[in-house]
Amino acid sequence: MSEFPVGKIREDFPVLSREVYGKPLIYFDNGATTQKPVQVIEVINQFHREHNASIHRSVNFLSDTITASYEEARVTTQRFLNATKPSEIIFTSGATASINLVAFSFGETYIHPGDEVILSTLEHHSNIVPWQMMCERKGASIKVIPISDQGELDLEAFAQLFNKRTRIVAVTHVSNVLGTINPVEEIVKISHSNGVPVLIDGAQAIQHGPVDVQKIDCDFYAFSGHKVYGPTGTGVLYGKEKWLETLPPWQGGGDMIDRVTFEKTTYNELPLKFEAGTTNFIGIIGLAAALEYLKSISIKEIESYEKHIVTYASNALQQIDGLKLFGPTGHKAPVFSFILNQIHPYDTGVIIDKLGIAVRTGTHCAMPLMDRLGVDGTVRASLCFYNTTEEIDRLVEALDVVNTMLS
Amino acid sequence: MTISEITQKIVEDFSALEEWMDKYNYLIEMGKELPLIDPALRNDNYLIRGCQSRVWINADLKDGKIFYTADSDAIITKGLAALMIRVFTGHTPEEIINADLSFIEKIGLKEHLSPTRSNGLASMIKQIKYFAMAWNLKNK
Repeated sequence: MSEFPVGKIREDFPVLSREVYGKPLIYFDNGATTQKPVQVIEVINQFHREHNASIHRSVNFLSDTITASYEEARVTTQRFLNATKPSEIIFTSGATASINLVAFSFGETYIHPGDEVILSTLEHHSNIVPWQMMCERKGASIKVIPISDQGELDLEAFAQLFNKRTRIVAVTHVSNVLGTINPVEEIVKISHSNGVPVLIDGAQAIQHGPVDVQKIDCDFYAFSGHKVYGPTGTGVLYGKEKWLETLPPWQGGGDMIDRVTFEKTTYNELPLKFEAGTTNFIGIIGLAAALEYLKSISIKEIESYEKHIVTYASNALQQIDGLKLFGPTGHKAPVFSFILNQIHPYDTGVIIDKLGIAVRTGTHCAMPLMDRLGVDGTVRASLCFYNTTEEIDRLVEALDVVNTMLS
Repeated sequence: MTISEITQKIVEDFSALEEWMDKYNYLIEMGKELPLIDPALRNDNYLIRGCQSRVWINADLKDGKIFYTADSDAIITKGLAALMIRVFTGHTPEEIINADLSFIEKIGLKEHLSPTRSNGLASMIKQIKYFAMAWNLKNK
C-alpha cells in the first residue's frame, strides 16, 4: 500500500487535536457523526460572512450568487454518486428525511392494502419506522431479510420473500452496528428481476468507498451530510428520474410550487418539487465542499486505507481475552461492535471515555438487530480515514484498564 | 445524620480521591454494598425508563421514613444507585423532597447528570423523589 497521508489529513480536522479529560481525543464515534475538515468549516463561514441570501427567490446579486453555488452543489453531488442528471439529486435534512420522503411519497402512490415491503434485520430505525408508519396508514406489511450469525444477509431467503404483493425493498448499504457491506448490486438485481424497486440507505457507506448509483442500479439512494464530513442538517436523496417524476411531493410549502391558488396548486419540476421551504442551503454548499474534499484525497485511497484499518483493528481486538466481536471480520467497513468479558457496554464506555476515547454504547438505533444478536447492547468503535493504528493500540490499552477495574 | 451531613461526608470522601480512576473504583466498591431490591421486583414495574443500563428501584416506608432498595445490570450505574441510596435512605419524605443535590457536582460526577448519558442518574433521582412525593401525599 502506498503511504496514506493520515498525519497531514488529521491536520485538516481541528477537533482532532483537542484533549478531553487532559488526554488526546481519540474519536471512534464516526458512525454517529464525523468531524469536519477546515475546507468545510471555511466554506460555511465564508458563505455566512459574504454571500448569504435566500436561494431561488430574489432578483439580486447575492441571491443569484448563492443560488448558483447551491445548484453547483447539486452537480457536485450528482458526479460524486455518478447519477445521470442533477435533477435526480434532492437535498434534504438527512438520510432520515430522505427515507421518510420515499416512504411517504412512494407509499401514497404505489402501496395498497395487503401490499408488502421488504427490509432487513440490519436496518437502522430510520429505515424501519418510516416504512412502518406508511404500512400502518396503507394497510400494508413488512417482511424481513434474515441474517447469518456473522451478520450477513441471507440472499437465498431474500429471494423467497418476493410475491406479487411486494412493492419495494429498502436495505442498508453498510450496517451501522456491524460494518457489514451488503451486496447491493445483487440485491437490486434480485429485486428488479421481480419487478420491484430498491431504496439503499447509504448513511454508513458513502464515507467509506466509491458509490456509483448507475452501477448499483438502485432506484433510490439516501445519505446524511454529517456522516460524510459535511454539516449536520443536510442530506441527499438520489432517485431515478422515472420514479421522482411520478411521486407526489412529500411536504408542501415554498420553492416546491409552480402556481398556487386556493382551489389548486401545481407543483414545480424536479428537483424542487421535493425541496419545500428554505433548505439548509449554506449547509448543502458545505456538504459539496466535503465531497470535493474527499475527491481531492481520492475516495479509492480512503477505501484502501480503511481496509488496512479494518485488518489491524480486527486482529488487535480479537487478541483481547474475553472480547466478543460481532459481525463479519474480513470484508467490512471499519465499524466494530463488541462486548468485553460480559461487562455492560455502558461501563466499558464510561471508563474508556475517561481515557479520552469516544465510542458509542447501547443499541445503536437498531433494536431488532440487538434482539437477533441476543444482546441488550454493544460497545461500538466506528473508525474512518483519519484514525490511526496507534489510536487502535490505545483502545486496546484502555480495554485492559476496563478489564482490570471491572472484571 | 441528616441528608446534608451525609452529602458533606461524601464530598469529603471524594475530595481525598484525586484521580478519576479512584473515584470510579470507590463507586464500584460502593455498588457492592447496595441494598438489593427483592429479585421478584426486578421487573418492568420497578424499571426506570430512559436508561441505557437497566435500573430497578423500590421504596418502603417504615416509621415515617423511606428505605430504598435497587439494582442495575451495569456496575457503575449500580455504584451511582448505591451513592444515591446512601444519601436518601432512612429519611422522611419531606427531607427527601427538599434535599439539596449540589454535592453531585462537587464530587465531579456532574457528567452523569447529562441527558445524553442515558445512565439514568437524573432519572434515578427523579424516581427516588417520586416515591417520597407519593408517600408524602399518602401521609396527608
